[in-house]
Amino acid sequence: MSNKNRLIKILQGNEACVEGAILAGVRFFAGYPITPASEIAEGMAVRLPELGGVFMQMEDEIASMAAVIGASLAGVKAMTASSGPGICLKQENIGFAAISETPCVIVNAQRGGPSTGLPTKPAQGDVMQARWGTHGDHPMIALAPSEVSEILYMTIKAINFSEKYRTPVMLLLDEVIAHMREKVSLPFPEDIEVIDRKRPTVDKEKFLPYKADTDLVPPMADFGSGYRYHVTGLIHNEKGYPTSNTQEIDQLIRRLTNKVELNKKDIIIEENYFLEDAKVAIIAYGSVARAAQRTVKLAREKGLKVGLLKLITLWPFSEETINKLAQQVDLMVVAEMNLGQIVREVQRAALGECRVIPYGRVDGELINPIEILTKIEEEIKL
Amino acid sequence: MIKDITQYFRKEMFPHIWCPGCGNGIVLGAILRAIHSIGWEKDEIVMVSGIGCSSRITGYVDFNTMNTTHGRALPFATGIKMANPKLKVIAVMGDGDCAAIGGNHFIHSARRNIDITAIIINNMIYGMTGGQYSPLTPTGKYGSTAPYGNIDQSFDLAALAASAGASYVARGNIFDVSQITRFIKKALLKKGFSVVEVISDCPISFGRINQLRTPVQMLEWIKSISVSKKVWEKLSKEEQVGKIPTGEFLDIDIPEYTEKYQNICINIQQERRGK
Repeated sequence: MSNKNRLIKILQGNEACVEGAILAGVRFFAGYPITPASEIAEGMAVRLPELGGVFMQMEDEIASMAAVIGASLAGVKAMTASSGPGICLKQENIGFAAISETPCVIVNAQRGGPSTGLPTKPAQGDVMQARWGTHGDHPMIALAPSEVSEILYMTIKAINFSEKYRTPVMLLLDEVIAHMREKVSLPFPEDIEVIDRKRPTVDKEKFLPYKADTDLVPPMADFGSGYRYHVTGLIHNEKGYPTSNTQEIDQLIRRLTNKVELNKKDIIIEENYFLEDAKVAIIAYGSVARAAQRTVKLAREKGLKVGLLKLITLWPFSEETINKLAQQVDLMVVAEMNLGQIVREVQRAALGECRVIPYGRVDGELINPIEILTKIEEEIKL
Repeated sequence: MIKDITQYFRKEMFPHIWCPGCGNGIVLGAILRAIHSIGWEKDEIVMVSGIGCSSRITGYVDFNTMNTTHGRALPFATGIKMANPKLKVIAVMGDGDCAAIGGNHFIHSARRNIDITAIIINNMIYGMTGGQYSPLTPTGKYGSTAPYGNIDQSFDLAALAASAGASYVARGNIFDVSQITRFIKKALLKKGFSVVEVISDCPISFGRINQLRTPVQMLEWIKSISVSKKVWEKLSKEEQVGKIPTGEFLDIDIPEYTEKYQNICINIQQERRGK
């Protein structure tokens, strides 16, 4: 940490996302107007030209995602931001980013759905879409911050993960934290870790664009750098050429998934509150984790042994932590602004070691601390 | 000279997937001759395609190449060009790819006038998927999804590109290879969004269902419906039906997008420094 005084600002969640992205080296943004994510595009439109970066408002969400991938292949860190209806349109090219192993970050400021839904109200109904929105087996990393300063740091993490693992990374906000304003102490660039993709060092003639190193990630060449190669959405071999060889197909799909699944230790970020002696665990993420933290405090004042597991990385999922916790507690309450999405993953990971119940709200309002507490008290009595 | 074009091939990717008599190879040859005569280095060329038979072109050439998603070649190309304006970016698309699923990207790329060359191989049909009608299938022709004849009007891609804001627009056909080579060369050298539409054939998916079973029959038909722009303009409305004008439709110099964007960056940086 530098000794210099840090700049303290009151920032909106979306503005913090812009700051984080710029600190992490994003120099290309393509987007399309949509509530509640537009402030990210507006911020980028101001900041990127100052830095010689590129901001583009494209003709639609599909084009935005395509342009981001194109820019990334040309060697520039690239990002887009949207919300439900736009994220639906981006899915086609998110799949292309996954198979072509093109680093990029997609911010989803979640709003109520389906369809046009509730444009100005929060929801967490897109967490399964974040994992499985594009077709076929593919890797996915998704982070869900719950505070404005955490948005800044998780945006940096998202960019870093995308570069390190050459994969699309989803940053899941929701309308409340995207629009809320909080105090943020801006880090100095020298205080943050910035990861750049590996670039090839072999002779240009010997370059195999999709031959992975032992970490399962192949070095990536910039278009125009002299390493000429072919990028395709078709299943391809190490040369990058289309293949229908069963062995090569199997190898690629497994490697794509494994490069994320086998690096869970590096990717999973979670926080514990009062879990040491807890008999009841609340599992929450995003803005609900804020309410849940308060619930823990209220419960402890009443003498109830309640703790919180706050998930920041949603994908890949924290199976090991949940499984261990399930052996300690009697009850898990999964609070989320949907009708039960992450709760299924929790149930799967708990392997029947404890009771797992959902607590959901889908009326466009935040879950408040009292209602989680009331739910816990009801369940304990049972 | 055959070597003029074979030096650009990824020979290990051959044999290609195209059917005997397909026009894609003719257009690829024209593109490579144009590139050769300009003398661009392989390293500075990016060739981007969408999905379809013609989009497989990018797999066969030794440039920085990309076979993207259906209809999306141009926005991918736009991202590449904006991220590194020094690269020479060429998008190769089919008619369904460019004009149907990619129609929005096509008109907006023209509107921006970004320095990309779009080459559309128009065989008037979805060939790869088995002959469904496209937005370029002439009214009255047949397709596997137009078994009683196509009632849709077809687009005039050249007029569309010109009205949307492109800098250079030309149309030729695979019958007159020297003409399309000339058009492609001019398009590649044009600063701005340039479009070359090439009327091509598909004896398998278009020809069989439209009584043009052989490549020769298809070529003769293409020749018979093509008329030069000059002749076209003298025809009456009735005489123009079923005919396609060829030639150069637009060749203007207007501000280009990456340059306009770079000016914005330079100005704002100077302004910030001045403060």
